[in-house]
Amino acid sequence: MKSNKLSRVVRRILLYAVIIAITAITVYPVLVVINTSLRPSNALYTTSLSLIPENATVRAYVSILLDKPFLLWMRNSLIVAIAVTLLGVTLASTAGYAFSRFSFPGRRSGMIGLLVTQMFPATMLLLPLFVLMRGLGLVDTLMGLVVAYTATVLPFTVWTMKGYYDTIPRDLEEAAMVDGASQIGAFVRVVLPLARPALMITGLFSFMAGWSEFIVARVILSSQSLYTLPLGLEGLAGTFQTEWATYSAGSLLVSLPVVALFLILNRFLVGGLTLGGVKG
Amino acid sequence: MPTPTPCPCPCPRPRHAHAHIRIHALAQPTLRPTRGLLAPPVSVLILGQMATVILKNVDKVYGRGKEVLKGLDLEFHDREFVVLVGPSGCGKSTILRIVAGLEEATRGEVWIGERMVNDVAPKDRDIAMVFQSYALYPHMTAYDNIAFGLRIRRVPKEELDKAVREAAEMLGVEPLLEKLPKQLSGGERQRIALGRAIVRQPQVFLFDEPLSNLDAKLRTEMRAEISALHRRLQVTTIYVTHDQVEAMTMGQRIVVLREGIVQQVGEPLAIYQQPVNLFVAGFIGSPRMNFFDAQVPEGTDGQLVAAGAKFVLPEEARDLLMGYRGKRVILGLRPEHVDLSPEGEVTARANLVEQTGGDSYVYAQVEGAPLVSRAGGAVRLEIGDQVRFCLNLTQAHFFDPQTEERIRP
Repeated sequence: MKSNKLSRVVRRILLYAVIIAITAITVYPVLVVINTSLRPSNALYTTSLSLIPENATVRAYVSILLDKPFLLWMRNSLIVAIAVTLLGVTLASTAGYAFSRFSFPGRRSGMIGLLVTQMFPATMLLLPLFVLMRGLGLVDTLMGLVVAYTATVLPFTVWTMKGYYDTIPRDLEEAAMVDGASQIGAFVRVVLPLARPALMITGLFSFMAGWSEFIVARVILSSQSLYTLPLGLEGLAGTFQTEWATYSAGSLLVSLPVVALFLILNRFLVGGLTLGGVKG
Repeated sequence: MPTPTPCPCPCPRPRHAHAHIRIHALAQPTLRPTRGLLAPPVSVLILGQMATVILKNVDKVYGRGKEVLKGLDLEFHDREFVVLVGPSGCGKSTILRIVAGLEEATRGEVWIGERMVNDVAPKDRDIAMVFQSYALYPHMTAYDNIAFGLRIRRVPKEELDKAVREAAEMLGVEPLLEKLPKQLSGGERQRIALGRAIVRQPQVFLFDEPLSNLDAKLRTEMRAEISALHRRLQVTTIYVTHDQVEAMTMGQRIVVLREGIVQQVGEPLAIYQQPVNLFVAGFIGSPRMNFFDAQVPEGTDGQLVAAGAKFVLPEEARDLLMGYRGKRVILGLRPEHVDLSPEGEVTARANLVEQTGGDSYVYAQVEGAPLVSRAGGAVRLEIGDQVRFCLNLTQAHFFDPQTEERIRP
């Protein structure tokens, strides 16, 4: 009895130790970046461990917003990410519905095919992707990025949507169809509102895929005016010297919209919406 | 068109002539529901009310050749309440879904009113369906659930509001209208689902085991309520259940199904009293009918050996079994026709005594076959007691052991 209690305490301590360690590992780099972004340029290589450096300054933030085409990069990134989100959510929600509700030739192989694409490393696909884009005339266009990113996220999002639709009882659509809705009407009025949590995840995932991707963008884009944020940031790392403070400030600014988006969507990411509609 | 049945009114035209039905309804205003729900335009009301549903030679085969319905011919008369009953897997829900348009008939024709609806989408069939699961839209309030069908049809706001409120009033759910389905109890959800069905004034109501998720008391209440609703609205209703009590108490006619084949169609009492075969006899009635292997002795006239005893047959049965001398038959007797009696011919040990208060059911085993007797009032018996049963052969049913059909004169 006593040893039981003891072991429970020990287990609890171990558990917390692990959680704290993981949190520290996760948070530390972010803190360092914050710290770096606030340093005056003459103190870049300090060994001080304080979170807010001495003579802290926001000069780096001013510099990246005003001296660099940061807003242009952000505009490009927003265009791409929003387009990927809209396209990705539209395609995933409809394709997932088809996979969930209809039986058609190729349904099974289609689902498996989607999974298989996830098994290849992305870098392996770069060359064929480039060749494809060239064939489509999409090299060095934002559209090319949108197509590439959407194609990358779809397998995951289609599966997510399909899995969620599977949990929505078919009775609900059938009731809607008997009530006077068409198949599409039942989908839009009944199924989609109930699938909101999955739609949010799909949207968030698509947005992030378009927002911070680097390698594909590097391959497809060459005009500086089309640079997205990751490409722009990379350009800050010069051959001979890098303004680390500016670079860090840029990185933080890039991550802000994603954090904000996540905080906003977080409260929608609750399941259980279908509770109570059908018994059981 | 289906074979026209003569119309109850004196005019010579067949019942299914649409125009005639309209005139017919106008001529008999008493048949029209009087409540406000149906007050809107008279023409809508009448057109919306008339529908005979006919299934002609319908087959349903699922994917891998699984035949669910075989050559089904059924006619549901205008304004009639028909119950489809049978064990699970008998195809009763499939019939309902074919009428609703949620499944396609593999072969055959489906008629609603004077339209063949095989290629008509569910939304255009002018039907309403109540699901076993209720299928309320979880993200909408009760009000919006009921209003859903009207909104899709773009019914003007005031008219819609009036219709919803009247349907709610009819079902006594007005205080619940602003709640979400998850805030409602099972019985309340059931009522909202009913409201959603009646508010549209469809031509046909379809019920798919609507009461099977309710507790016993609520089920009895809703049974009466749905029957009352039908009497009031006079809409053709097809009601699916596996509960033969629901079938007996609610149906104007019952269709008994087994493995996709109609066994018997008729009024509840007719089916109870004259089951056409062993299956129907065993399925309708609770507790089920007793069956005994019986032997009609050769030569000796008017005797029957069954349940370890020898009986003298009543005259009618004697004539009936004329052709079965020297053969076996199956004797069927309802529990109420097996009495406890000290002079009874059949002796057995009681292995279960159920007291329901009003009646008692005594279960026993006779020659390996179960036997149940319904005795009025309370019965003082211990399990294992020796009991004598008296078989009332004037009420006996006889079945051919080979064909399982009822033996008819």
